[in-house]
Amino acid sequence: MKKVYINGLGCISCQKTFDSVFLEEAEIEKNQNVLTAKEPVYKDYISPGASRRMAKGVKNGIVASAMAMKDANVTNLDAIITGTGLGCIEDSEKFLKSIIDNKEEFLTPTSFIQSTHNTVGGQIALGLQCKAYNFTYVNGGISFESALLDAKLQLELDESETILVGGIDESADFTTQFFKIAKVIKSDDEKNISILDKKTKGHVAGEGASFFVLENKKTENSYSEIASISVVNTLEPNQIEGQIKNFLVENSLEINDIDAVVLGINGDINFDNYYEDISENIFKNTPQVYYKHLSGDYHTASSFGFWVASKILKLQEIPEIIRMNSVGKRDYKTVLLYNQYLGKDHSFILLKQC
Amino acid sequence: MSKVAITGMGIISAIGNSVEENLNALMSATSGISTIENIDTNHKNAIKVGEIKMTNLELSQLLDLPEDNNFSRTALLGLFAAKQAVKNARIENINEHKTGLISATSVGGMDMTERFFYDFIENEENRRYILTNDAGDSSHKIADNLGLEGIVTTISTACSSSANAIMLGARLIKSKKLDRVIVGGTDALAKFTINGFKTLMILSDTFNTPFDNDRKGLNLGEAAAYLVLESDEIVQKERKKVLAYVAGYGNANDAFHQTASSENGEGAYLAMEKALKNANLNPGNIDYINAHGTATQNNDLSEGRAIQNIFGQNVPDFSSTKPFTGHTLAAAAAIEAVYSILALQKNIVFPNLNFMTKMEELNLVPVTELKEKNIENVLSNSFGFGGNCSTVIFSKS
Repeated sequence: MKKVYINGLGCISCQKTFDSVFLEEAEIEKNQNVLTAKEPVYKDYISPGASRRMAKGVKNGIVASAMAMKDANVTNLDAIITGTGLGCIEDSEKFLKSIIDNKEEFLTPTSFIQSTHNTVGGQIALGLQCKAYNFTYVNGGISFESALLDAKLQLELDESETILVGGIDESADFTTQFFKIAKVIKSDDEKNISILDKKTKGHVAGEGASFFVLENKKTENSYSEIASISVVNTLEPNQIEGQIKNFLVENSLEINDIDAVVLGINGDINFDNYYEDISENIFKNTPQVYYKHLSGDYHTASSFGFWVASKILKLQEIPEIIRMNSVGKRDYKTVLLYNQYLGKDHSFILLKQC
Repeated sequence: MSKVAITGMGIISAIGNSVEENLNALMSATSGISTIENIDTNHKNAIKVGEIKMTNLELSQLLDLPEDNNFSRTALLGLFAAKQAVKNARIENINEHKTGLISATSVGGMDMTERFFYDFIENEENRRYILTNDAGDSSHKIADNLGLEGIVTTISTACSSSANAIMLGARLIKSKKLDRVIVGGTDALAKFTINGFKTLMILSDTFNTPFDNDRKGLNLGEAAAYLVLESDEIVQKERKKVLAYVAGYGNANDAFHQTASSENGEGAYLAMEKALKNANLNPGNIDYINAHGTATQNNDLSEGRAIQNIFGQNVPDFSSTKPFTGHTLAAAAAIEAVYSILALQKNIVFPNLNFMTKMEELNLVPVTELKEKNIENVLSNSFGFGGNCSTVIFSKS
């Protein structure tokens, strides 16, 4: 079986993650419970005519994928695999609203056409004229990880050599409002939120697009090796430690071999207990990293975490703004990522320095 | 190992609530296309649909769900078909082997979201449906109800979705990542898709007529179907009855237009070519094509060209079963997988109903009467928005 490497990345997020090194311009927003993505200069990547018709998720996906391919110095792809929790929710809402508001009359097809979950994957293929394998995964908090698993399988078996993988989600007005009602997003009157200290119901929402070029050969630009990925649909908080230990054993590793653990902590009092035990016990002496205070949470926010972990391994540093504890290491060789979404869709990923 | 065993299947569609009912309708040329009853839409009299004539309440009672459940219709249909498939495969302890669920849907919980959209803000009553809109929700509900603890994921590539779920499932078995996987798809009718396809002006006001020169467009439908795929080890150890095999598959992108297929059907051609290569079969080995055949101007011409380009002068017997069921979007490839397996088991080609006149541009005439003959390999096509083209080949057990 071949090894799988991250050879390029591109990230559009609620922080300035383009034209920068590693979160040096990042800022923690404390007065908003819904963060919006920092926009790149779209016209550098998409013609203004096409851009006008596209929702931001599609645009961000196209830009992030172009950045990842440029970073990896590749032009041909054997597969395009995306993950998205809610897909093109902006266009879905727009079309649905016009159906209801206009009582099924006077509708135009544009927003319907762009509402399908695989719009980003399809548009990237269209732009590149790439006729290869093109899949879109839509399974809540492991949408991105499903795409990674698929890509890894193909690369290990040498069915493909170069694959573009990405996680994309965009926010939209009504869905945000519904999520606030359902207490998935923190309520409007909560200000000055620190997701580590003051836990309340719900998360701070975000959006973004993170893309990666994965290949089964190492290059000068390689960020890390993807050693292993595991997803589980349902687990209880008291099962996480055991799950992680088993995952490490399967990969011939021990807790001490982990040089940093990247956690999907989001300040939601109902679900952060999934991280608490491991953070206070088995990983007490391990550098701990969090990121959702910067990215916000969304179904594919873990792709931002994956971007963070890739950067840590390549640059061999953990920026202060994402450190959860003061434990440091001289070398970062092996990084573990753990994430869950509303207590479901648990993902465990091992990245190794290469 | 080149082939993956199918050991169970389950289905609910406009032509029946079980494999047997679906088979009987296919054999007796009984279409399920009708006037819509369960959704209150302005277009009621301007369209025909492949609707399942059971209400959500009836479905939830059959599934023994509590009255205050928050199942979307997509989830209800999905669970109904998945339970049948598991039973058909005689699975007693679902977690005994490393088991996954790969489901597919395009609308997800849209049927409830569109019903309660503004109401969510005003009233508390239906807020339990807020988090059922995302496509993964129906998959989780199916997994939870089956007690499945392993990998659960969902694919959404519009109308090819469940072909891709079958493909991923087969790859997970071949690579030994899983011992057993339930694959398929589910989609309920919704105002969202009815109006969407209406604005694209590809809905027929009468019964759909695939590959006919005077075709007027598609009928939407709703359905769910699942297959159980199992490793050779389980099949041998438990002496499982194999219904058929997944012999090969291919996915390609047309890279032509967000919704329309290219005129020469390049994506479709590539998908069929890849699937044949993956199955290690020649075009001459295919005995029956269950075509995508939606009866839109664009699809049938594009798919027809691609079929002619692959098979040349020797196009095998082919038909579209969409005049029976309507186009069931993300579930289409899964229900047509069930029909392909039935074709292999019973050695029959199902008729392409409503066909009258050969398309001017092509030299293609589908099978219009039930035809008995030996069938070893069936090729099934499914194409979707975003240029997504998929082919799965099924072989006799």
